[in-house]
Amino acid sequence: MTELILSRLQFAVITSYHFLFVPLTLGLGVLVAMMETFYVKTGNEMYKKMTKFWGKLFLINFAMGVVTGIVQEFQFGMNWSEYSRFVGDIFGAPLAIEALLAFFLESTFLGLWVFGWDKLSKKVHLITIWIVAIASNLSAFFILVANSFMQEPVGYILRNGRAEMTDFLALITNPHVLYQFPHTVLSGFVTAGFFVMGVSAYHLVKKNHLDLFKRSFHIALIFGLISILGVTGVGHLQGMHLVGSQPMKMAAAEAHWETENPAGLSLFASIDEQGQKNNFEIKIPALLSFLSYNSFTGEVKGIHELQNKAVQDYGPGNYVPPVTSLFWSFRIMLTAGIWLVLMAMLGLYFFKSKNLEQKTWFLKLMLWTIPVPYIANIAGWFLAEVGRQPWIVYGLQTVEAGVSTSVPALYMLIAFLGFLLVYACLAVVDIYLMAKYIKKGPEEADRDEHLNSEVKGASLWT
Amino acid sequence: MDLNILWFILITVLFIGFFFLEGFDFGVGILLPFLGKNDQERRIIINTIGPHWDGNEVWLLTAGGAMFAAFPNWYSTLFSGFFLALFLVLVSLIIRGVAFEFRSSDSSPLWRKNWDRAIFIGSFVSALLWGVAVTNLIRGVPIDANMQYAGTFFDLLSPYTLVGGLTTLFVFMFHGSLFLSLKTTGEMAERASKAAQGIGLIAIPVVLLLAVLTYFQTDLFSSLGASITLVSSGAALILALFLIRSRKAGWAFVMNGLTILLFTVSVFWGLFPRVIVSSLNINWSLTIYNASSSPYTLKIMTIIALIMVPIVLLYQGWTYWVFRKRITEKNLHY
Ligand code: HDD
Ligand code: HEM
Ligand code: HEM
Repeated sequence: MTELILSRLQFAVITSYHFLFVPLTLGLGVLVAMMETFYVKTGNEMYKKMTKFWGKLFLINFAMGVVTGIVQEFQFGMNWSEYSRFVGDIFGAPLAIEALLAFFLESTFLGLWVFGWDKLSKKVHLITIWIVAIASNLSAFFILVANSFMQEPVGYILRNGRAEMTDFLALITNPHVLYQFPHTVLSGFVTAGFFVMGVSAYHLVKKNHLDLFKRSFHIALIFGLISILGVTGVGHLQGMHLVGSQPMKMAAAEAHWETENPAGLSLFASIDEQGQKNNFEIKIPALLSFLSYNSFTGEVKGIHELQNKAVQDYGPGNYVPPVTSLFWSFRIMLTAGIWLVLMAMLGLYFFKSKNLEQKTWFLKLMLWTIPVPYIANIAGWFLAEVGRQPWIVYGLQTVEAGVSTSVPALYMLIAFLGFLLVYACLAVVDIYLMAKYIKKGPEEADRDEHLNSEVKGASLWT
Repeated sequence: MDLNILWFILITVLFIGFFFLEGFDFGVGILLPFLGKNDQERRIIINTIGPHWDGNEVWLLTAGGAMFAAFPNWYSTLFSGFFLALFLVLVSLIIRGVAFEFRSSDSSPLWRKNWDRAIFIGSFVSALLWGVAVTNLIRGVPIDANMQYAGTFFDLLSPYTLVGGLTTLFVFMFHGSLFLSLKTTGEMAERASKAAQGIGLIAIPVVLLLAVLTYFQTDLFSSLGASITLVSSGAALILALFLIRSRKAGWAFVMNGLTILLFTVSVFWGLFPRVIVSSLNINWSLTIYNASSSPYTLKIMTIIALIMVPIVLLYQGWTYWVFRKRITEKNLHY
C-alpha cells in the first residue's frame, strides 16, 4: 500500500514537472523557426537578433525538458513493473519509436543549430531548427499514442495474461489520440504564444527595443490566437468523445450524480462526496446535454448509474474517481481557456488600433498571464489522469495491480526524495536563468559573453 | 533467424552505440577538472562534446525503449530490480546534462565551479555504474520463479562487479582522453595524449583482472564467440596504448573504440540467449523467449527499426563531419 502511494505521488510529481517544460518546447520551437524564416527571407538583421534572443530562452527550457525526460523513460520499469509487463507488448512500441524517430532528430539537429551558426549555410541552418520543431511535435504524438492506449485501449487482445498488440494501425489512429494530440500540441503553442507575448509586453512597458518586441508580439499574437481557438474547439469535441468512451470521467468532472434528460451544467457546486450528492449548485438547464451531444436533448448518465453498471461489468468495487478535484480542475481549465481567448482578442484589437504601447495596464496584465496556460496544462492532465482512476489501463488493469512488487517502500522513498531535491535545485536555476536572460534583452544575448570571460581563480576544487 | 534473436542483436547494437559514443563523453567529463587548467580550457574541453552529448545519450533512451518494446519482462525486471542503481545513474545523467547547457550562462566563478563538479561527478558515477550493471547481468542476480528480483541493492555490489565498474571507468576515461587529443590543439592536445598514455597503462591490468575473474565467476568462457571477443577486446586495448605512444591518436581512438565494441559484444554473446542470468536457479533466468513481446509486435518494430536506424546513423555521422575541426580558442562560441 505504501509502495502504491509513493509510486503514484512520484509519478504525478515527476511527470507534471516534465510537462512544465514540454509545452513551451513544443510551441517556442515553432516560433523560433518562424522568426529565423523571416530572417532568411528578408535578410533583416533584426530578425536574427530576435531569433537568438528567443532561441536562448528556448534552449534553457529545452535542457530542462531533456533531463527530466530521461527519468520518464525508465520510470515505468522502476515503479510500475507489473504494469510494464502487462502492456509492454503495446506500450513499449510507441516509446521506442518516439526515441528512434523523434529524440534522435531533436537532439542531433539542435546541436547543429546551436553550434552551427557559422558552419552551415543560412538555408541549411534554418532547416535544422525546423527539424527540431517538427521532431518535438512528433515526439508528442508518439508519447500520446502510448497514453491514449491507457485511456482507451484499442487494437489489442488479452492473451498470455497480458495485453498483446493485434493492430498497430488501430493503435496510432486511436480515436482518443486524434483529440488528445491536437489539444495537447495546441496547448503547447498557446503556452509559447502567451510566453512570447508576456515577455514582449514586459519590454514594451520598459520601452526596450520597441521594434523587435512589437514584431515578436505580433507573431506570437497571431500564433497564440489561432492556437487558443483551436484548443477550445478541440477540447469541446474531446469532451463529447469522452462522454461516450469514459462516461464516468465526464460525469465526475461535472459532479453529475443522477442520470438526466436533458441534463443541466453546473457552473458552481458544493459537493458532498461521502453522501454522493451536491448540497448546492448553480445549474444552467440542458447545457450539459448540449456540450455532450451538440443538441439540447439527450440523456447524460449520472455517477450512480455508472457505478452500478461498472460493478456489473467488473465486479464489486468503487469506480468513482475523486469528484470534487475533478470538478474543479475541469473548471480551472475552462476558465483559463476563456481568459486566454479574451486576452488574445483584446491584444488583437489594441494591436490593430496601433496603441498597444500606450496600454500599460494591458501589457502588465499580459505579463501576468504567462502562468495561465501552465495552470491549464496541469489541470488538464489532472483531469485526464485522475479521472481514469481506479484504472491504470481503462477497464483492463487497476493502478493497484500495476505497481512494482519487488521494490521495497524504502527504496521508493529514497528515490522520490532524491528526485525532489534535484528537481527543486533545478527549478531555482531555471527560474534564475530565465529571468536573467529575459531581463537582459536581445542586445546582450547576441553578444558572445563567453568569449572573453576568463574567470580568474576559478579552480575546480578550491 | 527468428525475430527474438534479431532484437537481441539490435539491442546489443544500441548499447554498443551508447557505450562507444557516450563513452568518450563520460571520459571527457571525468577528465575535465584534470586537463582543464583554467576556465577557458574547460570551456574548450566541454565544447568538444557540446553538439553531440545529447544525441549520444539518445542511444541509451532508444535502448531502453527497445527493451520495453521487444522484451518487456527484461525491461521490468531489470529496472525494478536495479532500482537504486538506476536511480543513481539517472541523477548523474541529469546533473551532467544541465551542467553542459547551463555552465556558461553565468560568469560567476562559484557558478562555474559547481557545474564543473556536476559534470565530473555525473560522468564518474555513470561510467562506473554501467560496468557494474553489465557485469551483474552475466554473473547472475537473484531472480525468482516469477521473474522478480529477490535481492537488495547491495547484492549488486561484489568484487567482480566492482572490477566491472572500474573497467568501464578506465576504458571510458581512456576513450575520452583520446577523443580530446583528437579534438583539441597545441598544448591541450599534448596534455590529453599524455593523460591517455597513463590511463591506458592502468586500464590494461584492470581489464585483464576482469577477464580472469570472469572465468571464475561466470560461464562466459563456455561460449567460444564470447571468449574470442573478450580476448580480442583486451588485445585491442593494448594495441591502442601502443598507438597513442607512437602518437597515432586517430588510430588509437579507433582501436579503443574497437575495445568497447568487442567488450559489449562479448558480454551480450556470453548472455545469449539469456538476458538476465538468475543466480537462484538457472532455469529462472530471463531469456529472449520468455521475456519477449508477441511475434506481431516484434514484426512491426523490426520494420520500423530497419528503416530508421540507418537514417539515424547517416545524420549523426553528418554532424560529426560538420564539427570535425579541432576546437581552439578562436572558434569558441556558445
Ligand atoms: C505532449 C508532449 C509530451 C509528453 C506527454 C511527454 N513528453 Fe517527454 N518530451 C517531449 C514531449 C512530451 C518533448 C517536447 O519532445 C521533449 C521536451 C524537451 C525535449 O527535448 O523533448 C521531451 C523530452 C523527453 C526525453 C528526453 C529526450 C532527449 O534526451 O532528447 C525523454 C526520454 C522523454 N521526454 C520521455 C517521456 C516519457 C517516457 C513520457 C511519458 C510519461 C513523456 N516524455 C511525456
Ligand atoms: C506529461 C503529461 C502528463 C501529466 C502532467 C500527467 C499527470 C499525471 C498525474 C497527475 C497522475 C497521478 C494520478 C493519480 O495518481 O491519481 C498520473 C498518473 C499516471 N499517468 Fe499521467 N500524466 C502525463 C502524461 C502521461 C503519459 C504520456 C503517460 C503514458 C505514457 C502517463 C501514464 C501515467 C501512469 C502510468 C500513471 C500512474 C498510475 C496512476 O496513478 O494512474 N501519463 N499522470
Ligand atoms: C476552454 C476550453 C477547453 C475544453 C473544453 C477542454 C477540454 C478538455 C478535456 C475534456 C480534457 C480531458 C481529456 C481526457 O481526459 O483525455 C482536456 C485535457 C487537457 N487540456 Fe483542455 N480544454 C480546454 C482548454 C484548455 C486550455 C486553455 C489548455 C492549455 C493551454 C488545455 C490543456 C489541456 C491539457 C494539457 C490536457 C491533457 C491532455 C489531454 O488529455 O488532451 N485545455 N481538455
